[in-house]
Amino acid sequence: MATDTLAVQLSGIEKRFPGVIANHDVNLNVRAGTIHAIVGENGAGKSTLMKTLYGMHQPEAGTITVFGAPHVFKSPSDAIAAGIGMVHQHFMLADNLTVLENIVLGSEPAARGVVQYDEARRRLEAIMDQSGTHVDLDAPVSELGVGQRQRVEILKVLFRGAKVLILDEPTAVLVPQEVDELFSNLHRLVTDGATIIFISHKLDEVLTVSDDITVIRAGTTVAEVKPDAVTRSKLAELMVGSELPSPHGRTSEVGTTIRLSIDGLTLAGPGEKHVLDEVSFEIREGEVLGIAGVEGNGQFELCEAIIGLAKPMSGHITIDGTDVTHASPHERLIGGLSYIPFDRHREGLLLSAPLWENTLLGRDADEQFQKGPFIDAAAAKADSRSIIERFDVRTPSETVPAYALSGGNQQKLLVGRELSSHPRVLIAAHPTRGVDIGAQAAIWEKLRAARDAGLAVLLISADLEELIGLSDRILVMFDGRINARLTPAEATPELLGTYMTGGVQEVAS
Amino acid sequence: MSDESTVQRITNPKALKAPNAVLVTVASSLAAVLIALAIAGVLLAVTGYNPFEAYSKMLDAGLEKDKLLEALSRATPLMIAAVAVAIGFKMNLFNIGVEGQFLMGMFFAAIVGAYVDLPPVLHVTLLLVVAMTAGAAWAGIAAVLKVKKGVNEVIATIMLNAIALSVIDWLFQSKFRYEGESLDVKTKPLPESAWMPDMFDGRLTSFIFISLFVVLVFWLVVYKSKFGFRLRASGANAVAARTAGISSNRMIVTAMLMSGAVAGLAGLPYLLGESHAYGPSRPDGYGFNGIAVALLGRNHPAGIVVSAILWGFLDAVQGPLQIAKIPQSIVLVIKAIILLTVVIVNEVVGRRVAKRTADRTAAQLALPTAVAA
Ligand SMILES: Nc1ncnc2c1ncn2[C@@H]1O[C@H](COP(=O)(O)OP(=O)(O)OP(=O)(O)O)[C@@H](O)[C@H]1O
Ligand SMILES: [Mg+2]
Repeated sequence: MATDTLAVQLSGIEKRFPGVIANHDVNLNVRAGTIHAIVGENGAGKSTLMKTLYGMHQPEAGTITVFGAPHVFKSPSDAIAAGIGMVHQHFMLADNLTVLENIVLGSEPAARGVVQYDEARRRLEAIMDQSGTHVDLDAPVSELGVGQRQRVEILKVLFRGAKVLILDEPTAVLVPQEVDELFSNLHRLVTDGATIIFISHKLDEVLTVSDDITVIRAGTTVAEVKPDAVTRSKLAELMVGSELPSPHGRTSEVGTTIRLSIDGLTLAGPGEKHVLDEVSFEIREGEVLGIAGVEGNGQFELCEAIIGLAKPMSGHITIDGTDVTHASPHERLIGGLSYIPFDRHREGLLLSAPLWENTLLGRDADEQFQKGPFIDAAAAKADSRSIIERFDVRTPSETVPAYALSGGNQQKLLVGRELSSHPRVLIAAHPTRGVDIGAQAAIWEKLRAARDAGLAVLLISADLEELIGLSDRILVMFDGRINARLTPAEATPELLGTYMTGGVQEVAS
Repeated sequence: MSDESTVQRITNPKALKAPNAVLVTVASSLAAVLIALAIAGVLLAVTGYNPFEAYSKMLDAGLEKDKLLEALSRATPLMIAAVAVAIGFKMNLFNIGVEGQFLMGMFFAAIVGAYVDLPPVLHVTLLLVVAMTAGAAWAGIAAVLKVKKGVNEVIATIMLNAIALSVIDWLFQSKFRYEGESLDVKTKPLPESAWMPDMFDGRLTSFIFISLFVVLVFWLVVYKSKFGFRLRASGANAVAARTAGISSNRMIVTAMLMSGAVAGLAGLPYLLGESHAYGPSRPDGYGFNGIAVALLGRNHPAGIVVSAILWGFLDAVQGPLQIAKIPQSIVLVIKAIILLTVVIVNEVVGRRVAKRTADRTAAQLALPTAVAA
């Protein structure tokens, strides 16, 4: 329960990377038994600060105090020993292991060198009951959706005995129901004596669930506020230092040409059930079709099928009038298709390669990058600089490796790359995942502009505000099927919530 | 949307240009070699030899033109083998099979070369093609196993090395033993039209130009071309590459075939320049030394050339050491320590450089003061 004891106190933290001061004179006080939110723009230094607290790197200056005792964390295992656990912005699970193996990995209870899985299972079941966080321990992680992966990460942290949980953007990937569930579990943990630090760009949820809020701007803590003492826009102003642009409606009309048509698409799953079952829809020129749904209901497979990475059992995919059901991904991409993938680290970026190679990926066949038989590196770099500037990617230069960007800035780079290939059809899976509210508004503007110029967009998003605000029509996916078709006007969060959890649409008209 | 203070804190890239990466790499590799020599020196001293004598012998030898030529000669096949390995590395494939691939290339070139009759340049060209084809075919087996059956290429290529030896021995013993007037058992000798000329009175094979050409092509193809970009992208993140329309299976097969084709050439300096026939006294260890040279040269063309020459030099000074009654195996020890130190030194230097850049940045920037809450 909330007390005035400080669970964590960071003072005067300084952390530098080549070319960037990520944290400077950061002070953070987290009261024991509270939920403490950290907010700030992309690249403000939030993840960096949390990695410092978790011992992943050492600060150049400053002190870390945990429950009154000063600590120097040389590695995460030191931090874990002090009762700190962290769930990262980008999950770190081994795909080919089961949930149980993943959780136990690195802290195996062993007797004479033999891992005691039964004991681990017993302890975990107790933890699951107590925290209300449930997941199938024997499922391979590769088969889990993001919501479940996150639960695995949280269980992993609890299994190691964490008293202080750090969650870096835990809700970025979740739909509202999952968010509610997560927060009710977190509240339960807090009641049991845990302390939670979480980072989020969703200011509404920050205001509703947190006890205290710390604002970080340009690497330093600029304010500590109570949620009842600020409003959303005041908070945004503290973060960004200026007012936010307000989104405006559409000025153009949906065209008549059909750009993307999906007809009776069925995709076999690992078991008996089909992961996609008779999915059909069309998207016209200048139209945004939104797909709502809890992740893991076939959205990912739908995207993979459209870009050609998954082979459908039956059905047809037509892009711009050409049947591409049997075309290779390359042919489809050349044909004007573009894809902002679900997981930027896994599917989108070459983390160790420089930014300019990242912006070149998938576009290297473009005329402008050819110089005889070779790649015109100078042109590619210039193009990359232009993407960095237009999409406001915060970075010292286009030659830094992609891992050096903050999560939100990586996302902006990716969106910039996909829009720069001048697609006619764009599949956008969570296009603003992890970007701050200012950048989100900017990306929405860019998407609207492209749509007004005739782009057909398939928008998949967990953010209902985004979905309702951008889409011309909304489909809800559940269990591999389309189980509702709505206009944005009739799509309220409540209604969408019902369909997303399997509610059946009344057959109207 | 951009925030003044953030922009200000992100520094001007020009002012901040990290210390020249090439220079740092060269300096740290040099340091690694020196450290390795020091450690090996201690080992020599402990085992009762005078390290200074040993090193001065090596140095003396190194200053002789003969030894330098020998070093270059020995470097000639190593460059090729290292390029073969590096092509694999760039695609995240570990081609342990260079050994088998080069033997295949060499053997088939010896056979085909002996039974055709062509004018000089054409003859050599044909044998280059034959060797590359044989090497590529042998590596292709591993590629197909990986793509179709998911067999790890390390295991496949190790097995293929063993199989290559048996296959060649069997073919040689049962079909292609040539009983000529000499007592050596060999395949039928190549006609002179298939010989690569010597330079410096037989002390350096002209094949070195082909080796250097291979390195140049490697650089152009892997580092400069669109294909190379796709190869490296696929090696760096196969899923992201696939999502961007690059078929990783196709890349695996292509990279493996290219690697094998290059590997197939590694035995030719010896075959075309020296032995002119295949026999049991064939060279060995190119595959494994190739891995070492590629690692030491960090898969970079210039690095590979320099490392191959260093390796060749260390091999070349074994003779003089033996004459001075210093165990030649010290050369092996030095090679091993160099590899280890290179890995360690590069890691340490990498971190230092990052830290120094960061400190310099901090000093350059006027730090904005924190706004009080
Ligand atoms: N490993 C690294 N090397 C170099 N620079 C880095 C590294 N990690 C982070 N940075 C830089 O430090 C700054 C802060 O990054 P950080 O990841 O902490 O931001 P963040 O507040 O978590 O942003 P986001 O909301 O986008 O996740 C950024 O400018 C980023 O480019
Ligand atoms: Mg972050």
